[in-house]
Amino acid sequence: MGKIGLIIQREFLTRVKKKSFIIMTILGPLLMGSIFVIPILLANSQDKVVKIEVVDETGVYGKKFPNDSLLQFSVSGRTIEEAKSKFKDEDYTGILLIKQHATTNLPALTLLHGQSQPSMKVMMTIQNTIANKLEELAGCDPKMLADIKGKLDVQTQKLGGEKTDSGMTSAVGYISGILIYFFVFLYGAQVMNGVIEEKTNRIVEVLISSVKPFQLMMGKIIGISMVGLLQFLLWVILTFGIYSVASTITGKEKMEKYRSDKMMNQRVKSLQDENATAMQEQATSTNDDISAALESLPIKLIIFCFGFYFLGGYLLYAALFAAIGSAIDSDADKQQFMLPVTIPLILSMVVSSAIVINPNGPVAFWFSMIPLTSPVTMMIRIPFGGVPGWQIALSMSLLIGGFLGATWLAAKIYRTGILMYGKKVNYREIAKWLRY
Amino acid sequence: MDILNIENITKNYAAHTALDDVSMVIPEQSVFGLLGPNGAGKTSLIRIINQITAPDKGRVLFNGKPLELKHTELIGYMPEERGLYKKMEIGEQALYLAQLKGLSRRDAIIKLKYWFEKFELQSWWKKKVEELSKGMQQKIQFIVTVIHEPKLLIMDEPFSGFDPINALLVRDEMLELKAKGATIILSTHRMESVEALCTHIALINKSKKILDGSVKDIRKMYKSNLYEVAYEGTNIGFANALWTGYELQDTKEDDGLMKAKVKLLNGNTANDLLGALLPHVKIHSFVEVVPGMEDIFIMKVNETNQ
Repeated sequence: MGKIGLIIQREFLTRVKKKSFIIMTILGPLLMGSIFVIPILLANSQDKVVKIEVVDETGVYGKKFPNDSLLQFSVSGRTIEEAKSKFKDEDYTGILLIKQHATTNLPALTLLHGQSQPSMKVMMTIQNTIANKLEELAGCDPKMLADIKGKLDVQTQKLGGEKTDSGMTSAVGYISGILIYFFVFLYGAQVMNGVIEEKTNRIVEVLISSVKPFQLMMGKIIGISMVGLLQFLLWVILTFGIYSVASTITGKEKMEKYRSDKMMNQRVKSLQDENATAMQEQATSTNDDISAALESLPIKLIIFCFGFYFLGGYLLYAALFAAIGSAIDSDADKQQFMLPVTIPLILSMVVSSAIVINPNGPVAFWFSMIPLTSPVTMMIRIPFGGVPGWQIALSMSLLIGGFLGATWLAAKIYRTGILMYGKKVNYREIAKWLRY
Repeated sequence: MDILNIENITKNYAAHTALDDVSMVIPEQSVFGLLGPNGAGKTSLIRIINQITAPDKGRVLFNGKPLELKHTELIGYMPEERGLYKKMEIGEQALYLAQLKGLSRRDAIIKLKYWFEKFELQSWWKKKVEELSKGMQQKIQFIVTVIHEPKLLIMDEPFSGFDPINALLVRDEMLELKAKGATIILSTHRMESVEALCTHIALINKSKKILDGSVKDIRKMYKSNLYEVAYEGTNIGFANALWTGYELQDTKEDDGLMKAKVKLLNGNTANDLLGALLPHVKIHSFVEVVPGMEDIFIMKVNETNQ
């Protein structure tokens, strides 16, 4: 094994063996989960009365909606145009439009809303009601029904505005942006602290009498990146594990419910046997419809770009963090030198909401070109689609270029910095090191 | 055969010159003392030999060939600032450092077992460095420096931080390594600790070399023809025995014996002095007073500082 391999191995193993790694691996998915669960819980706990006007163009589902003290559905019998024009005056939270779907026999559901987005509870009540009605109409294979129920899609749309798309697109963008941001910060800081540790321990002089400073630096950066990738992989596996365990449990409950429903509906069902075949066709086409919707997100591109910007962003910042670690002598100096490096990273998170609103505007363009901000910004843009290929290619090449440049710069600072003990360092001093 | 030829090395840092046209030769199997005050440039020179930094001018030959990266595996270096990973198990850590010096994992384990046994550290293999006493850390530091059986061992301030027992232990191990064929460079500003060990020395002051050579030659060069005689008898009798050709420098009484320092002049030899004294006093001992390295060092440093 080469010496750089030895360094990578040590950096990797010492970190993976630590208790904090194991704790983070377990806590990570829980924390991520709670980020998504807490807003839902909060949304559910709001006690304002929500009134939804139901405009049912099919005339099949309308009467089925339940009412309770907090959530009220009313079937007005108006057309959608009438409902929209009266919306402001009548204090409704939203209008549910039920249409016949163009290609399948399922209803197409659109929820028009005012300023506030409908909560998870509203969406779920709508889905359940429609699904129950479907079930009643065609008591078919419970498994298939469960499938349909899970995938009944409610589109949300802001009244008088464009699609708000409370779903996939911006979520995927935000999540990947945030993941890159955390990964860079978490593991970039680990690189820096590793360098500081070696410097303050003075072991660095022993090490670089055996290997070149560049090998030591790159070994550390690569070793820590592997720790990060492993952790990320474990998170993905764990999250899916938790998800699938949870869904099998709820799945079982559903199955039982259906079993009892089936007993009661036996008679009805036998009458409707002929409908079953039709229903099956419907289900297949629905599945096609949903996967088509998912495919409208550029999944392959997203995964590829995520991998690229995830690693590229980390490598770029890790090199800079290594340089900072080598230059400073005490924790007190750390903040001062970290600031210029972390500002672009924080900035890319700050503008992220602007980018979601206008994913192809000038701000989005420039932030996704500059290597220091492109990993986060580009990942927010890509799920929205419509990023020209040349922009992605240019941004990626600039990131590679930025990484090479940063590594070259960092290597120069690093090899001088690690041997400077007990010396107060300022920017002018560092600039001098570049010329050695 | 010389293991190192240092030829006209100059090293400049932004604000100052660390080494100014320094040349020296380090013979194989010697114990070479690199002496000089703090800040003279010793560590800079050592870093160049270790290829930690590169000289601005000049070159270093290792066994007659310009320094290359692979030479680092033939060199063991213990820096003045000792350092180990505090939170790493010492066994793993020693293995890692040994492998960085080019040993295979298997060889490294075999050799480490030998050294751990020798220094009575076996039961500490799984302990972290921070759990060890200072003395034990020093032992580990020494082991990782010599584990790959370097041809050239460079020790910067080798005895600082060692308690007397460990210092002795390390000294003995160094001499054993030398007997097996290693060359040792000791860098220090504390002359007395290395005087007995060194076969060769070089003095560096203010980034310039001011003296080098074998200890024997240097002593000869700075020989002062001074002898100390311990005798029974009277002061006057002693003084009367000396005539021109001798200079009585100092007399004192010590433990019932008289001690006098006499300098030989005009080509007189020790035999002549003895002959002159014998009829007059009862001689107990007769020793040549050789200048210590420290004396020479201080003299030379003062000379160049003026």
